[in-house]
Amino acid sequence: MSTSLAVDGVVQLVDEHGHAADPAVLPPTAELLAGYRAMVLARRLNEQAGALVRQGRLAVYPSSHGQEACQVAAVSVLREDDWLFPTYRDTAAVAARGVDPVEALVLLRGDWHCGYDPTAHRVAPQATPLATQLLHAVGVGHAARLRGEDTVVMALCGDGATSEGDFHEACNFAAVFAAPVVFLVQNNKYAISVPLARQSVAPSLAAKGAGYGMPAVLVDGNDLAALSVTLSDAVRRARDGDGPTLVEADTYRVAAHTNADDPARYRTEDEVARWLPRDPLARLRTYLIAEGVLDDAREAEFAAAADEMAAHVRHGVSAEDVVDPAELFAHVYARPTAQLAEQEALLRAELTEEAAR
Amino acid sequence: MSGVTMTMAQAINTALREAMAADESVVVFGEDVGALGGVFRVTDGLAATFGEQRCFDTPLAESGIVGMAVGMAMNGMRPVVEMQFDAFAYPAFEQITSHVAKMASRTRGRVRLPMVIRIPYAGGIGGVEHHCDSSEAYYAHTPGLTVLVPATGADAHGLLRAAIHSPDPVIFLEPKKHYFTKEEVDVTAPVPPVGRAVVRRAGRDATLIAYGPSVSVALAAAEQAADEGRDLGVVDIRSIVPFDDETVAATVRATGRAVVVAEAPGFASVASEIVARVTERCFHHLEAPVRRVTGFDIPYPPPKLERHHLPGVDRVLATVDELQWDAS
Ligand SMILES: Cc1ncc(C[n+]2csc(CCOP(=O)(O)OP(=O)(O)O)c2C)c(N)n1
Ligand SMILES: [Mg+2]
Repeated sequence: MSTSLAVDGVVQLVDEHGHAADPAVLPPTAELLAGYRAMVLARRLNEQAGALVRQGRLAVYPSSHGQEACQVAAVSVLREDDWLFPTYRDTAAVAARGVDPVEALVLLRGDWHCGYDPTAHRVAPQATPLATQLLHAVGVGHAARLRGEDTVVMALCGDGATSEGDFHEACNFAAVFAAPVVFLVQNNKYAISVPLARQSVAPSLAAKGAGYGMPAVLVDGNDLAALSVTLSDAVRRARDGDGPTLVEADTYRVAAHTNADDPARYRTEDEVARWLPRDPLARLRTYLIAEGVLDDAREAEFAAAADEMAAHVRHGVSAEDVVDPAELFAHVYARPTAQLAEQEALLRAELTEEAAR
Repeated sequence: MSGVTMTMAQAINTALREAMAADESVVVFGEDVGALGGVFRVTDGLAATFGEQRCFDTPLAESGIVGMAVGMAMNGMRPVVEMQFDAFAYPAFEQITSHVAKMASRTRGRVRLPMVIRIPYAGGIGGVEHHCDSSEAYYAHTPGLTVLVPATGADAHGLLRAAIHSPDPVIFLEPKKHYFTKEEVDVTAPVPPVGRAVVRRAGRDATLIAYGPSVSVALAAAEQAADEGRDLGVVDIRSIVPFDDETVAATVRATGRAVVVAEAPGFASVASEIVARVTERCFHHLEAPVRRVTGFDIPYPPPKLERHHLPGVDRVLATVDELQWDAS
């Protein structure tokens, strides 16, 4: 592990001023440039989705603004045949994985519970019941081992979710079975209104790894370079059969929990302002400009790609509703029961009558 | 009557305030119930008024919340805990079914658990998955739990006071589509008894039996039926456990026809139980089989499709039309 890179126990490679203490340990510049581009798109997706909520086109959107480095690094370290287990807050990670963001937003637009094909993309449905998906991630990883595949599973959760029993069970199962899972906890300091101090008095969330006999790393969650190196190491270990790793990303939820939230009730503007200079995009941008690989032309190119993606999202999310209500009955069982067939017929008759009126 | 106009959320908040002021052993805890005042603002201001010891946020774990409440109830407190949404109570299912419900029986009545588990309940708010479940059947099927479902602000206030007084553990289901419905509430009204249904509308031709979020649907259906010349009564169950056989059966005997309306999937449901009980007690008075209008037997739909699932006025009236009117 690269724990030797840790400063005061936190792995950081590029500081908030865009300065790298030891450029030799950084990922290749081309990789960082690609990561920066992906973060520009992730941020734009957050902004576009927020705007769509305000226009009433999305029911709700939990933004990962400020957490884009985690969103991008969690995915960039994976192989195509690896798996990602995201939460409701990880739409940008799902999109970074190659899922059409319009499909990813189907959940929040209210058309269906999951808009993409999890098996095609190897991205589990975004999980809302906290920490429950972590056990599924362990299962996918363990099955891969049993099937002789060297698949790795990236499992995401928040700081609040680490308090759930399922988090404990997932970590313990993964460690006992040496499952190829990387647990990435995005510690953004809040679970809706509840601050980290109410979740745990452990020295860090990463410190919990010791209790499971699992290597754990605390990493600057706004430093894409540090995240990439740390998560790559963890993925490699998992792939090599050396078991799971717990990675805690020290980051911050800059936006409200969702549009329905009122953060003024539980945190100060000052606190938010203190985190803004640590922005993950700004520091990498400074670094890449200093390295001479990012210039105005490149920035314009990335901005154009973000514009194009945002236009696609606006267009796709605003399209007509497409889900046939009959689908409500179609997937409950592999073969609809007699009762469901009856109920579907009832609904169809009602809809025919409604249309005739 | 000294009525004050308030939302159902405010009515519940008022009941919590009164109970906390009256009895120091009443404590409120859960996720985001402190500084935030709950995601529906039901616990708004309680921490500020009564202090951090009496109203507090816990670590994020429903099993932990309910399990700790069990212990606190064993040691002289009256915990009133909040599950943030219906489907997020499921991690606490083990604590609820194996411990909350059984403690009194296991200990031959030596240990009773005077605790309340408040659950924002059911749909009709355009919520994404896991935010709109109707979970009453799980609780009603578990002996030892009292299950209350207010349909009005006044009942939300009164029944919560009754729940907090109760020596038995209570599952308190709050129809979230009514949280912000305004209504005149007389907070000085006597606390309603647990286990009594109430006739919301008298009617001679048929009886609609409903609870929680479906009561307003039944009343709207009765209103529309009246325009069409049919006189429907509405009974609000409000206490699923214990169940008021007397009121329900008396009302149905008088009309000879009944339809049960509920959001939950109909299969193996509380609605099924009501049909069975009414049929057993009123068989010789019935002009037609007792019918149900319920949600479909499917997972709760995504927001854009929920209107197809929820029992609406049209579906209720179409079912009423089928109650063999020609035969009588
Ligand atoms: C089992 C469960 N309980 C409660 C909730 C309601 N809820 C949704 S998000 C949230 C806070 C989660 O905080 P955290 O894990 O830190 O993730 P973040 O939202 O900060 O990304 C809560 C309590 C839920 N989704 N699932
Ligand atoms: Mg958090």
